[in-house]
Amino acid sequence: MPVNTENMIKVFGRPKSMTDVRSTYCPGCHHGILTRIIAQTIDELGIADRTVTIAPVGCAVFAYLWYKCDAVQASHGRASAVATGIKRANPKLIVLSYQGDGDFASIGTAESIHAANRGENITVIFVNNQVYGMTGGEMAPTTLIGQRTTTTPAGRDPGYFGYPIRFSELIATLDAPVYVTRQALYDTRRIMDAEKAIKKAFTYQVEGKGYSLVEVLSTCPTNWHMSPVDANRHVTEVVTKAFPLGDMVDRG
Amino acid sequence: MEERKLMRGNEVIAEAAIRAGCQCYFAYPITPQAELLEHMAKNMPRLGRTFVQAESELGAINMVYGAAAAGVRAMTSSSSPGISLKQEGISYIAGANLPAVIVNMMRGGPGLGDIAPAQGDYFQATKGGGHGDYHMIVLAPSTVPEAGELTMLAFDLADKYRTPVMILADGMLGQMMEPVALPDPIDPASLPKKEWALTGAKGRDPNIILSFDLDPEVLKRMNLELQRKYHDIEQNELRYEEYQTDDADIVIAAYGTVARIAKTVVRMARADGIKLGLFRPITLWPFPYDKLRTVADRVDTILTVEMSAGQMWEDVRLAVAERAHTPFYGEMGGVVTTPNKILSEVKKYAG
Repeated sequence: MPVNTENMIKVFGRPKSMTDVRSTYCPGCHHGILTRIIAQTIDELGIADRTVTIAPVGCAVFAYLWYKCDAVQASHGRASAVATGIKRANPKLIVLSYQGDGDFASIGTAESIHAANRGENITVIFVNNQVYGMTGGEMAPTTLIGQRTTTTPAGRDPGYFGYPIRFSELIATLDAPVYVTRQALYDTRRIMDAEKAIKKAFTYQVEGKGYSLVEVLSTCPTNWHMSPVDANRHVTEVVTKAFPLGDMVDRG
Repeated sequence: MEERKLMRGNEVIAEAAIRAGCQCYFAYPITPQAELLEHMAKNMPRLGRTFVQAESELGAINMVYGAAAAGVRAMTSSSSPGISLKQEGISYIAGANLPAVIVNMMRGGPGLGDIAPAQGDYFQATKGGGHGDYHMIVLAPSTVPEAGELTMLAFDLADKYRTPVMILADGMLGQMMEPVALPDPIDPASLPKKEWALTGAKGRDPNIILSFDLDPEVLKRMNLELQRKYHDIEQNELRYEEYQTDDADIVIAAYGTVARIAKTVVRMARADGIKLGLFRPITLWPFPYDKLRTVADRVDTILTVEMSAGQMWEDVRLAVAERAHTPFYGEMGGVVTTPNKILSEVKKYAG
């Protein structure tokens, strides 16, 4: 039977600043939700025509594809330095540095800390899924104690490999950042909280207040060898114990 | 109107960069280029431009990558070990077709080496340095005024070809003072607009700057585009100097500081009745192979002199292709050669 769409009202759709390019993320991964939240925020703030996104190395290397915004791809770990260069060259631009845990909290440690410490007026979205996804599931700096990865086949032994690093907490000890928070996306309430946090981070940048960091816990069903539902439950029950949610700094 | 001033090489490069319209400068301190950093620290903020002392060499080159992507003239400077750290970033800048200027005030190596003048980074500068099939234009000044002129040129070439350009000099040139006539400053606003730059996608499709594609066929096409650009540069941008080569029996091939010393040797040798000339490449990449081959057809010997174990020597031998003898004389470790030492080398091959 043909559907009469005449009296229908569109209540939900793709954000205007989001492209319809097919996602490269795995089913059940939270990168997709996050991508949508960012696009929605860009729409709400009306900043698509002055936003520059920085795609990192890792699963988000294609991040330049998802937004109708100017974009550049950065070398592994250096996105916060690239963001610094862009913002300093043209402070009118709104700069988003989108980075994974290996990128932001391991190989890019120096760039990440010093961009934060200079109080660069940028927004960093830091996706923490405790594993190197793109390369096949190796140990990340955030890998949990006991977690099996392809490079910790017997589980992460902290006496040998060190502990999962709480990088946002490190950043939160600095004087310059205006906003440091950890969010998750495992249920509707958390998604709504994350939306508020991301909007706040971008708003602070628009207002010229300075550096903001939004860490977002994500699943990785593929490399955790879990179903999307189990991966979601794992974030809820296990990951949030090691990486507690909430604001660490808000000087806005 | 030209201003004449007594200045150090490092300061001249910094001042020339400012006058070329460099809007962003990022660097990490290292000897022997500290005066360059300090001149920028003092003068860039006064002009409302960006000076950031980066957390590392990697930070600095990636800030340059970002600023260049945003469409402004950007520069970094360092010395040998620091330039090694920048190689990944330079490869990205080349791969992403971005204009940038990188200054290397070479010091003795390998490893930590020392802080004395050397020319051991020729291979790194001219043969790639970082990963992948790329080149950058390499300009080698041999006097302080020329360091200023080539810095101005470096920004123009970087923009023209959307490519990294290196000023390759050494600690001697950086520290030495000479009278310099400074050119009039360029207003950055008067430079041609970069339509490809990240300025915000207002009324146009997004500009995307990448050095990668996972499809080998696409990446191959990107590589072929780069190679076409390098071919154009080879055709159009060769620079070199010939000094008293017309009637020479022996010609010294040297660049930078060594070429300057060799000019004195040419005059000394000619006073002794030896017909000596000098061939000085100014662009080390592209290297003036054909011009040097023409010289080789007229002379018996081309003596390469470097402050290295013989790096440019490989390009000299490629150019000469056994049309003349190609001996080598070099010093290493930061030891600067003298006119008398070079002259006694020349005498081995004279008559």
